[in-house]
Amino acid sequence: MRLQPARPLSLLRRFYSSEISRGNPLRVAIVGSGPAGFYSAQYLIKNLHDAQVDMFEKYPVPFGLVRFGVAPDHPEVKNVIHSFTTTAKLENFRFLGGVCVGTTITVPELLARYHAVILAYGAGKDKFLGIPGESGANVMSAREIVGWYNGLPEDAALNPDLSSPTAVIIGQGNVAVDVARILLTPPDLLAKTDITQHALAALRKSRIRNVYLVGRRGPAQVAFTVREFRELTKLTNVNTVFSHSDLDTIRTGLGNFPRHRKRLMELALSSGERPIKADSKNCHLKFMLSPRKIVKADGVIHAVNFTVNRMEDPLDPHSAVIPTDDILTVKCGLVLRSIGYEAEPVDKSLPFDKSKHLIPNDQGRVESPAKGLYCSGWIKRGPVGVILTTMNDAYETVDSLLDDLKAGLINVEERKPSREAVVEFLRSRQCDPVTFPEWEAIDAEEMKRGEAVGKPREKLVDVRDMISVAKKVDLDLAHEEAL
Amino acid sequence: PSLASRVAGKNEFKVKFIREGKTYDAYGKAGDTLLDVIINNDLDFDGFGACEGTLACSTCHVIVPQAEFDRLPNKPCDEELDMLDLAYDLTKTSRLGCQIEISADLDGIEVTIPATRHDARG
Ligand SMILES: Cc1cc2nc3c(=O)[nH]c(=O)nc-3n(C[C@H](O)[C@H](O)[C@H](O)COP(=O)(O)OP(=O)(O)OC[C@H]3O[C@@H](n4cnc5c(N)ncnc54)[C@H](O)[C@@H]3O)c2cc1C
Ligand code: FES
Repeated sequence: MRLQPARPLSLLRRFYSSEISRGNPLRVAIVGSGPAGFYSAQYLIKNLHDAQVDMFEKYPVPFGLVRFGVAPDHPEVKNVIHSFTTTAKLENFRFLGGVCVGTTITVPELLARYHAVILAYGAGKDKFLGIPGESGANVMSAREIVGWYNGLPEDAALNPDLSSPTAVIIGQGNVAVDVARILLTPPDLLAKTDITQHALAALRKSRIRNVYLVGRRGPAQVAFTVREFRELTKLTNVNTVFSHSDLDTIRTGLGNFPRHRKRLMELALSSGERPIKADSKNCHLKFMLSPRKIVKADGVIHAVNFTVNRMEDPLDPHSAVIPTDDILTVKCGLVLRSIGYEAEPVDKSLPFDKSKHLIPNDQGRVESPAKGLYCSGWIKRGPVGVILTTMNDAYETVDSLLDDLKAGLINVEERKPSREAVVEFLRSRQCDPVTFPEWEAIDAEEMKRGEAVGKPREKLVDVRDMISVAKKVDLDLAHEEAL
Repeated sequence: PSLASRVAGKNEFKVKFIREGKTYDAYGKAGDTLLDVIINNDLDFDGFGACEGTLACSTCHVIVPQAEFDRLPNKPCDEELDMLDLAYDLTKTSRLGCQIEISADLDGIEVTIPATRHDARG
């Protein structure tokens, strides 16, 4: 496998650089180090060589959902990290990890120190179903369980109880399919990935044999893509189970679907028509169901009650979903809601669209009186789309920024505090940012720990451990000395 | 070395990339994929080949002229088609560049790389 070219600056459009930044270099702060942040940085520096980029990241470790979202059995997807790392090593790029924007430093404080700020902090919250029984043990979001198996610090202690034979996942997007696959994949296969050791140990003891993937609409409207679903169908120890009536719906519509939907439906059909193997686990695809209640006794989950829906035209993607009086009960011991991620305003100065859950913007220009404020990625568009979508979206934002620069809307002549002054400011707030070389020390330590257990990486899941490896200090000792 | 002045070396074949109205001549050996050719010739096409040829991204989407498309020895596998489904500006002669290997038969092939920038509001 080959890395990206080590010279991303080889063929540059010299247009902006020669025309605009004669005097001061443009100084840009990027908030968030996921694909939106890194693609913005990459494209900005490519088009404006002398731009100085500081990337602020809440965690001591970079790459956002590429590290904490993308499934451990998708190492290929994580290859984007190589090209992000090439960017991070450019002289005019700086990573400032462990800095929470909105808490350690506010957006107005960033705007005072940079000519432009690009918000690329993603969508890190959960949506709720709003039904009885939703709070309490063993009802959790897919985001949390993804965080748990991927080593997100706040979800390391999630400790889901996997002792019941059945799990219900509410939602039928790619994240739901990821979670179903991880719950059903033989643990020996997962043991070769960078899945966290605590998740692997729990999955080895898991008694889950049935996973229900439940959608409120019909089979013709599922949100997951064919690639994700194909992986599920390839698990030799898993039956993909559809009802006869759902298979009939698919058969009826097959001639009229557009290409992508048709390929997905053909795969659903062929996998649903396979004979069921009795000794295998099952992934049940259930349609036209809306959850209404999680049934518990003494705090223990017994089942989920669903309202059965119907659709005027089950093949029409826009057909309304109409609830009926029928109720279907699915017995289970674990409920995961996978109905989407949600964004929040990290700083009270930011405008926010509460219904769409994003920062209102025009092609990445934040609709705000503050000049020089942009947004990119999931916080800009809403929490949908793959890395490719996020990449294109980042390019759009940076094009807007470069256009504004050319039009004189960003004043590079304005003097800003030095790069060093920014770090001093953070230190004055008791925050010693983690640099990119310090992240590389964490990276090396994780790979070393992985090697010891036959995995590509064993992630550090405690922020304190990350910092002590990064700063090469024993935090406990430092703490004792301070006393 | 300036790319324009470069000529095919021994056992090398030519590929012409067309992107945003510009053409780029590049050279590679039999068995190199179009992604290999782009990397080895230092062509910096934004975001191209993000997953490094592992059929996990579709950033290497290229459009091949019909005649060459029909002559390509390997037909796209399911996994390639799955990724193509997610590509922008898909055409009937679209392929993933990391799956096309060049050869004497394809010498001089002209492939188009669709623009990367799209209005995300689409
Ligand atoms: C479970 C899951 C699996 C996925 N799998 C795939 C896949 O296989 N292939 C694919 O192409 N796409 C996949 N995606 C989609 C892909 O991850 C997204 O398109 C992409 O990560 C969005 O990029 P982003 O930069 O906008 O957000 P993020 O990746 O979420 O990055 C945001 C960053 O901002 C940081 N941040 C948040 N708040 C603050 C703050 N206050 N201060 C500083 N920093 C902050 C976060 O820690 C994070 O690092 C998956 C998504 C999920 C959820
Ligand atoms: S480089 Fe990712 S699919 Fe070809």
